[in-house]
Amino acid sequence: MKISEFDLVIKNGLVIDPAIGFGNEADIFIKEGKIARVGKDGGSKKDSANIPPDKIIDASGKLVVPGLIDMHVHLREPGREDEETIITGCQAAAAGGFTSVCCMPNTTPTIDNQETVKFVLSRAEMADANVYVVGAITKGIKGEELAEIGDLVNAGAVAISDDGNYLQNPELMRRALEYAQMFNIPIISHAEDRFLSASGVMNESYQSTRLGLKGSPAVAEEIAVLRDIRLCAFTGGRVHIAHISTAGAVRAVRLAKAEGINVTAEVTPHHFSLTDEEIGKEFNTSLRVNPPVRTQKDVETVIEGLLDGTIDCISSDHAPHAEEEKDVEFDQAPPGLIGLETTLGLVKTKLIDRGYLSWADALSKMTINPARILKLPGGTLEIGKKADITIIDPEKKWTVRRENFRSKSKNSPFIGWKLSGRIGFTILNGRVVYRA
Amino acid sequence: MQLKSRHLLGLEGMSEEEITLILDTAESFREIIERPIKKVPTLRGITVINLFYEPSTRTRISFELAEKRLSADSISFTPATSSVKKGETLKDTVRNIEAMKIDMVVVRHSSTGVPYFLTQCIQSNVINAGDGSHEHPTQALLDMFTIRRKYGRLKDLRVVLVGDIKHSRVVRSNIWGLKAMGASVAVCGPTTLLPVEVEKFEVDVYQNMDKAIEGADVVNIMRIQLERQQAGLFPSQREYTNLFGMTRERLALLNKNYTIMHPGPMNRGVEITNEVADGDASVILEQVTNGQAVRMAVLYLLSGKKAEEE
Amino acid sequence: MTREKIEEVLDEKGIARAITRISHEILEKNGGADTLVIIGILSRGADIAKRVAERIREIENRDIPVGLMDINLYRDDTHFKLDQPVIQRTEILFDVAGRNVILVDDVLFTGRTIRAALDQIIDFGRPKSIQLAVLIDRGHRELPIRPDFVGKNIPTAADDRVLVRLNETDGREGVFVVKEGMKKPVPEIVASKKPRRKGGKK
Repeated sequence: MKISEFDLVIKNGLVIDPAIGFGNEADIFIKEGKIARVGKDGGSKKDSANIPPDKIIDASGKLVVPGLIDMHVHLREPGREDEETIITGCQAAAAGGFTSVCCMPNTTPTIDNQETVKFVLSRAEMADANVYVVGAITKGIKGEELAEIGDLVNAGAVAISDDGNYLQNPELMRRALEYAQMFNIPIISHAEDRFLSASGVMNESYQSTRLGLKGSPAVAEEIAVLRDIRLCAFTGGRVHIAHISTAGAVRAVRLAKAEGINVTAEVTPHHFSLTDEEIGKEFNTSLRVNPPVRTQKDVETVIEGLLDGTIDCISSDHAPHAEEEKDVEFDQAPPGLIGLETTLGLVKTKLIDRGYLSWADALSKMTINPARILKLPGGTLEIGKKADITIIDPEKKWTVRRENFRSKSKNSPFIGWKLSGRIGFTILNGRVVYRA
Repeated sequence: MQLKSRHLLGLEGMSEEEITLILDTAESFREIIERPIKKVPTLRGITVINLFYEPSTRTRISFELAEKRLSADSISFTPATSSVKKGETLKDTVRNIEAMKIDMVVVRHSSTGVPYFLTQCIQSNVINAGDGSHEHPTQALLDMFTIRRKYGRLKDLRVVLVGDIKHSRVVRSNIWGLKAMGASVAVCGPTTLLPVEVEKFEVDVYQNMDKAIEGADVVNIMRIQLERQQAGLFPSQREYTNLFGMTRERLALLNKNYTIMHPGPMNRGVEITNEVADGDASVILEQVTNGQAVRMAVLYLLSGKKAEEE
Repeated sequence: MTREKIEEVLDEKGIARAITRISHEILEKNGGADTLVIIGILSRGADIAKRVAERIREIENRDIPVGLMDINLYRDDTHFKLDQPVIQRTEILFDVAGRNVILVDDVLFTGRTIRAALDQIIDFGRPKSIQLAVLIDRGHRELPIRPDFVGKNIPTAADDRVLVRLNETDGREGVFVVKEGMKKPVPEIVASKKPRRKGGKK
């Protein structure tokens, strides 16, 4: 076999593919955008010498893994292109090692119809990541009547969600769960009872008591999760709990899974990295996020949930906001923070370095698990599949800097943090879309 | 001895020594407001702006008088609406004001953290005149000043704060300040108006007024806002008064030589009866007078701390 | 470090004699004690004011009102000094209007303290006159101010330090000149033996 036959060769990396339990040093050969071969057969030196060096990536000491998948991203297009576009959002994704992102439908207009799905997908054709669309459950995300879910799926939607809003009406949620089964897609639930959260701007705890800020109690999330679990069991539908954040919600999902209910869950890096004690330090509006960052006990329970498989995925909930909207009073700031470019570093620093998760376990939650939940093509390095590959420099220390974000928005609470684990290369369809 | 910070954002974390310095200095200023000419030239050439995003009569006038009595040039700016709604951000408003060469800013705002926010965008000394439900440090200082004048100390006095504990910035500042000074502090109110984990303030917590005030030296009664009833936090004014109103009958439960306080404005007949509000043990008007002395002290002490010192 | 030269220019007896003489001069000039009030500038001016009042009481057998005054709020250099003075309580519990006010301080130097004191007294009312009594006049005036009663004139260089030590404030008695000692810490052998009042400068 001659290396020169291939378009790109990744040599000497530690290849980790959690989907098939593979973890060995190997070379990956890419041809015509697809994975042509995985093995330790690097070809002869003479042969290597014949091909241009830019076709060989020496991944010695690095991890070579399936392209990461982030199933919860806000790309803001259409409507708020000043905050993010599909192009810039995918550049941020590439810099964070993600080759696939799922974009949420709370744009302007909302993604509640076929035309908007098609618009997003057409915009995404030239982007540096695969974009999958999550359609709305209800028209305009208003929680009043179902969107044309069949149309959305036909146009390419991989799931439905009213993310940002909880579908407060339980009868309508029941219908949505029943209806979505026809298309075998999950409903992604932003679990927050808005009567209980009552426009709280941070977690309700001693910290909200101390600061006199309106608190959103954990029970607002827990009631919502429990309701969706029971409706899921009742209808036989599929619910994916977005950005789980409380100890009670994790326990509820754990019990539901034990009961055999078809529920999955994700957690964001900020919910396993931050607590509400950060807010009073500088009233940094990047910490204004929904669900709010919780207590140390919640963080610990969420990490337990990652360990025992209660939580299936790690998603960023990348939520860009314009600087002028965040540079205001804490309780006036819109909720959300950007996460695509810091997720991997936080997973490494907060979960792997502390001995909670192995690389394989952590990566499964960012590759094969979201792929299975949403029935996406990627998430593994099988021969013949699209060559979506991420190369990680696992021990590389770096500092999060505002000026280095590729995202159009800069609302990260992690600016200034020192992280370990950095993306070396991101390869989409055999093409290098990011290089450190 | 100086204050540690060049701003007064709150009493949380302030030491006994710092609070004592403010109260001692206020003692000297208290004498000035009894003089025929109630004015000293100390802050001549210093410009102070009172930036009141929330309506307030008492606190704003108290600050204005304190500034005038120290010979500062002062102006008050009370935006009719939040500037957010007018399209100008708070940050822009304040930077504009500072471009007018202001030395000190006194700010009241409905959002927690706004005084801190100002310190991050401007060079002036910032004094918090109340931020959201967070802190109202000068009110707590004047409360402590009033108590200390009467008893000569704060240490080991039993002070009970009654009413809407959850939404009160006066309560929070009083808790931090009184605890720093070694007082014994209790809070009392309906469960719906006690914030979660309030016991972590390390105060005694009561939902029963009679038990709360038994043996107390000082009862500081918070205003109950009628919106709280509309929000369903208590069923009626009548029931509130029955359960938590400071009535003449309840005075018998207090220590001899007790003191009744209220930061104002009062809802007479709701949280406090006329008899109690106007009784011999009421220092409610003394609080107002003392407020000027305390604010003069704070203005004076902070004026000595310029940006380049930090 | 060179050792400062320290000279005692007035001892306990010398201070007592000076205060006695000043008291007589005050009575003589004002034709008795009828219209007199005394205001001392905190801290040591106030100590001297009380001693003068006591001496006058011994001579005339009558009490004259004594007030204490902190002049820091009337200073002209507050905004330039890094070490902000601690404000002490002013106590003038009598009406100054129409009275002959004897203003008392320990050392007269540039005159700026006296300027501040004059302004403050006038804010309390309109006296018939204000007369200045000082224990030490060391010269170097920067304002057109002169004393009416002086305990002792001491020629000094501008960077000398004149230290008045009184039992009430310092726990020792005497007046010392420290040569070229303006910017240096006060030498131990003439330092005050009492701590400043609570909340005072550290």
